[in-house]
Amino acid sequence: MGRLFAIEIIYRGIFQKTLAKNISRAIVLAAHEEGKRGISFGRYGDSPERNGIPAKSFAIVATDDVTLEEGMAKYEPKEVDITIAVDDTLCKGVESWAWYGLQPVNRLLKPGGTLIVTSREQPEAIIGMAHRKAAPYNLAILKGTVSFSGLWVYKDDHTDVRLLGAISRILPDLFSVKSVQKVIMDQWKDPIKAASAAKAYERTTTITVRPDQGNPETPYTFELPKWHEMRDGVTIPSIPAGRGFEDPTTHAVGGFRPDRNPTFKKFSTRTMRPVVNFDTCIKCTLCWLHCPDSCFDVTPDGLYDANMQACCGCGVCEAVCPVKECVTMVNEAEFSDNSSQWEMWKGDKKDYGKWLQEKIAGHTERTHGFRYRGQYEEQIPEMLETARED
Amino acid sequence: MAPVAIEIEKHQKIDETALITGSEAIAVACKLADVDVITAYPIRPYDTVMQYVAKLVADGEMDCEYIVAEGEHSQFEIVKHASACGARVFCGSSGVGWMYAMEALTVTPALRIPMVAMVGNRALDDPGAFGVEHNDALAVRDLGWQLVWVDSPQEALDTALIAYRVAEDRRIFLPCAISCDGAFLTHSQALVKIPSQEKVNEFLPRYNRAELLLHPDNPITVAPQGNEDWVMEIRRQNYAAMERTYGVIKEAYADFERIFGRSYGNPFFEEYMTEDAEVVLLGMGTLSTPVKVAIRKMRAEGKKVGFVRLRWFRPFAAEELAKCLGRFSAVGVIDRDYSFGSPYLGGVVAGEVRHALYPSPGKRPPVLGFIAGLGGREVTVPDVEKITASVYRAGRGKSEPLTQWIGVRE
Repeated sequence: MGRLFAIEIIYRGIFQKTLAKNISRAIVLAAHEEGKRGISFGRYGDSPERNGIPAKSFAIVATDDVTLEEGMAKYEPKEVDITIAVDDTLCKGVESWAWYGLQPVNRLLKPGGTLIVTSREQPEAIIGMAHRKAAPYNLAILKGTVSFSGLWVYKDDHTDVRLLGAISRILPDLFSVKSVQKVIMDQWKDPIKAASAAKAYERTTTITVRPDQGNPETPYTFELPKWHEMRDGVTIPSIPAGRGFEDPTTHAVGGFRPDRNPTFKKFSTRTMRPVVNFDTCIKCTLCWLHCPDSCFDVTPDGLYDANMQACCGCGVCEAVCPVKECVTMVNEAEFSDNSSQWEMWKGDKKDYGKWLQEKIAGHTERTHGFRYRGQYEEQIPEMLETARED
Repeated sequence: MAPVAIEIEKHQKIDETALITGSEAIAVACKLADVDVITAYPIRPYDTVMQYVAKLVADGEMDCEYIVAEGEHSQFEIVKHASACGARVFCGSSGVGWMYAMEALTVTPALRIPMVAMVGNRALDDPGAFGVEHNDALAVRDLGWQLVWVDSPQEALDTALIAYRVAEDRRIFLPCAISCDGAFLTHSQALVKIPSQEKVNEFLPRYNRAELLLHPDNPITVAPQGNEDWVMEIRRQNYAAMERTYGVIKEAYADFERIFGRSYGNPFFEEYMTEDAEVVLLGMGTLSTPVKVAIRKMRAEGKKVGFVRLRWFRPFAAEELAKCLGRFSAVGVIDRDYSFGSPYLGGVVAGEVRHALYPSPGKRPPVLGFIAGLGGREVTVPDVEKITASVYRAGRGKSEPLTQWIGVRE
């Protein structure tokens, strides 16, 4: 038996589909330069045609055909040598559209495997986002602004080739940086890209993440029913309507919180979250009305609290809010939990105001990708600058 | 010759390697076959082939009429008519999209249209699922469609070329659907050898509809109304055409080997580690991967298990298959399909295999049916081991259930 290599690329639907495919293809081609065989595929249950939804691509490579077949005999790899997260907020967890539950970003990593994350954050921030893992693993950060583009438009910011350079450093048995450069020249015919890959190769460093580091929460789990326990006729019971709830300070009961699916939460789709200024809110209802995910809880005092278990971070609330800076979308990487902003505000309005201003002022600008013609061209100099700073 | 022409001529002689999916391999075959008319209507996983064809056309690598229809029924009707007018055509669909085209699918073989279609096998609704099941393609099994299953992108490309050669043979003129398992084949990129244009041109003659051509220079009426005085004779013609496919398919594979230098052995089914096998498993499509891995594992443990992968389901090589299966003490058929209420409640392939064996003059081993991998569920190596254990018991004369569900939560 020869050696089997597996790499997964976790990405966000629409915005990074082409990016992920470029990476997994180039992995197979670079390994092929060194006589290895491989396949590249996307996780089929995912629906990466949905904005921001976490999805996966895989590259499986082997030193011979028989070993490759062993790797292909599974629906998807059960363990990987390298996990690549092309957006740092994916480190909070990966919930596929295909209802696999919330999976830790490092779930498939072999002991001693490496998580590579594209980010401008410090290692502590990334480690804090990822769930704890029983075995130690390594973390490498590819410094740079997260690369978001669209289904039909592709932002050529070198993220893919830099990641390939990093892989050749972390897993030299898979392929050398020379093979990466050969593939880049074959595929893209661009010596600047080849130079980017070499630079990433030189600069990539890893740190070890211990089992006692990371998010201590256990992701929610569920068991799939047996065939005779399921209702006939492809029917499922509805989620019940919601009810009012208690104000933690006044103990008044009122408002309305819709019941939500306890096993499909979707919040890992979020790359930005709304922060709400309850002091300036005029209770116009527009955010609640327009939210496509019914994520707003109506509080007993008639305010609208974006529930972070249900918010996908689409930004519609910010767009429809008529009050300046009443709803502001802030980079998800700035937050470490999903707790209620309204409860925080009720607890101490002054403290909340300070927290709110800090989040709004200090946040890194993020967008949902392509909004207008020429946008990517504007962003690329800044992205290249961030990469150069490293 | 102009430098560009020299370059093109040089290029036409080169075999290349590309990292492509099974669907993309079929799109490449369409390009190499210089298909004239292609119709498209998106449904997953078939859409992967139409996307790649669109790319080849947009990149200027392929020249064809590329028509996006307003639904699958029109999609298949348009190419049917184009083919009647002498165009080489390609089409395809998946799951309920294929079923929506059903009326067009029934008239295509009746009119002796050599359409080549790709079925990206997908579970039928409901529930709306993307995963593989073979019931979509199997729905046309009685109508005069040739049906073939492949298990790798390379085989997809090669079989598409063979399909044109067979379908457009004047002795046949019947449509052919190439089944590619959703996900495992349609969405998985592997390294594929792309043959040179020169070799393809040698292998594949131009489509010549001759006296059946719908053209002002050849005034004919296609599909006039016929009553009970006519229908049986028309059906008998199609029966004869389908009967001739056995020989024409063999000829095509032999020629393929001669020109391309690659061999598929027996065209109708692949035998894997059967020489000394006591029992065999049988199935279609990409479940060959976990089955072969499991067989290597079981052989290391001393169990003599083999595998027969059925390629051509229509025509069904009954005599040859019966002769092959007679060598073993028991057969386990893995169906990635269902046929509710069928004899012994088994899958489609299990029923066909029993049917093939019944008149056989040779030995008739017990045939067990296993329903597995529906809706794209993974068929695991332990699943295959479980199946094999049951087949072994049947081979020793023990009474085993004739139909078993594998990998269902119960």
